Amino acid sequence: MKYLVLVWAGLWRKRVRTILTMLSVTVAFLLFGLLQGINQGMNHVFQSLNVERLYVQSRLSMSDGLPLSFLKQIQAVPGVRTVTHWSYFGGYYQDVQNSLPVFAVDASTQFAVYPKINIPGDQIAAMKHTRTGAIISREIAARYGWKIGDRIPLQTSIWTRKDGTDTYPVDVVGIMDIAAYDAGSFPAFYINYDYFDEARAFGNGTVAYYVLSVDEPRRGPEIAAAIDAKFANSGNETLTQTEQVFAQSQIKQVGDINLIANSIVGAALFTLLFLTGNTMMQSVRERIPELAVLKTLGFSDGKVLALILAEAVFLCVAAALVGLGLARAAFLMMGALFGALSPGALVLGTGMGIAILLAALSGLPPAYRSTRINIVDALAGR
Amino acid sequence: MNPAIRLSNVGKTYIRGRQKVVVLHGLSLQIEQGEFVSIMGPSGSGKTTLLNLIAGLDMPTCGELRVAGERIDQLSSARRAAWRARHIGFVFQFYNLLPVLSAGRNVEVPLLLTRLSAARRRERVATALQLVGLADRADHKPGELSGGQQQRVAIARALVADPSIFVCDEPTGDLDRQSAEGVLQLLQMLNRERGKTVIMVTHDPLAANHATRQVYLDKGLLVVTGARAA
Repeated sequence: MKYLVLVWAGLWRKRVRTILTMLSVTVAFLLFGLLQGINQGMNHVFQSLNVERLYVQSRLSMSDGLPLSFLKQIQAVPGVRTVTHWSYFGGYYQDVQNSLPVFAVDASTQFAVYPKINIPGDQIAAMKHTRTGAIISREIAARYGWKIGDRIPLQTSIWTRKDGTDTYPVDVVGIMDIAAYDAGSFPAFYINYDYFDEARAFGNGTVAYYVLSVDEPRRGPEIAAAIDAKFANSGNETLTQTEQVFAQSQIKQVGDINLIANSIVGAALFTLLFLTGNTMMQSVRERIPELAVLKTLGFSDGKVLALILAEAVFLCVAAALVGLGLARAAFLMMGALFGALSPGALVLGTGMGIAILLAALSGLPPAYRSTRINIVDALAGR
Repeated sequence: MNPAIRLSNVGKTYIRGRQKVVVLHGLSLQIEQGEFVSIMGPSGSGKTTLLNLIAGLDMPTCGELRVAGERIDQLSSARRAAWRARHIGFVFQFYNLLPVLSAGRNVEVPLLLTRLSAARRRERVATALQLVGLADRADHKPGELSGGQQQRVAIARALVADPSIFVCDEPTGDLDRQSAEGVLQLLQMLNRERGKTVIMVTHDPLAANHATRQVYLDKGLLVVTGARAA
């Protein structure tokens, strides 16, 4: 600790340069925290997904949909407990900017397959009995100020109605708390499939995918294989996956988040290595006479090396802490949007480890150089 | 009593490119404890090289060098560093203070190598600055002090760890006459009142007159060793 004054003095010798270098490190670690936070958060969500649920979609692509007639055949597969289905609605409210995560579902089976969704039984019953009924998550209700009894002129960017309009008036009959995903909530807006399917001008009698719960989770792969075998060589071959794999494949349609995150962060940190290395090297070069004075006063080569390394560590670790802290703050501020996604202890720990490694790699060459300083030559200005 | 410094046939040769440059030729010299010795001579005569050898900053090519009771020509680099911290106080021509540290912090630097507590270090720094007459300038950065004041801070830094030998390389070379006189009186005080051995390289005969003995070097040879003053 007593040497801190020398480390501090060395760092702030060129104030502007140190601040700019620290800013670069901060930005790089902010990027690291944001990307790895998303990455780790997603992995956490995937791991917490239910293993009792299987998703059945068209083998060709999700957008192709499957016939509703598959419902009974899937239900008949041994081990299948309950089957429900989802269809994308592509909904928005008043303006396409106000997009809503609307799904047309079968209210009589939806909540049996997703038992952790918290909603009073009478509201589920109301959905079943009200053709235009809608159950919305509490977040959406809060965002738009909607309550039970409100009529919402829901619009779609996909499913034009038979009458040529694109508005589906729905009545809010229930508000749910979605805790189906332990890692966080995904806001949703459910409408009745029958109402939707009857009104739409095309695609009638199809669903986007089926979701089913199984009696024994360990039999999931076997049941998935049985379902896919049932529809093999048909006009609508199926692809049945666990909820985890399904969610991951959805994300991968956007891109391999892990690869993208690692590539961006890797490039940023690699550049940073040269930047901080150059800063430290320049700093040592400018201070050769001062370092020679320290050696003259009795500082050993090892002590001088440790001082330079400590400067590099301080520079990198302090800036990395700020960057990671900003990333965490950013996730906190966007909590409603990202749910459970945030840089956790693992990301923070990894970030600190990288910062120390960065400091060691960028600080070691100039630190070693400082040990090679010849006192006599340095004092003579040679 | 053992001499503070004893050089026996000490030589120093530098290799500059393909050339061998002999700077000191088998020099023998003895300096007693409590002496104030000035080393004079023309440029290139080997004064600073001799001073660097005595201070353990450089190693002789040949000969035996005993300072403060230690054969420093046989010490490793790390042990010489520790030895310097214990025994040698340095005063440079251009002060060589660390520009980003205050005067007080500069004076404290040698004490960082000791086991003294922060409170004891502060105490010692205050005493050293008081001794050189700069107690009120502890918080000033070197750039805020005059040349003479900076050199006095450098002297405070040299004496704060209480070394037995002060090595001064043209300590008045960058100062006006008045400031130079102040610095020389300080060195004289350290020598007379505190019994410190002072070795001072200088070009200035007036500065050299403050010493109790004057040594002359020319082309790496000791040409005159002045008589010890009473």
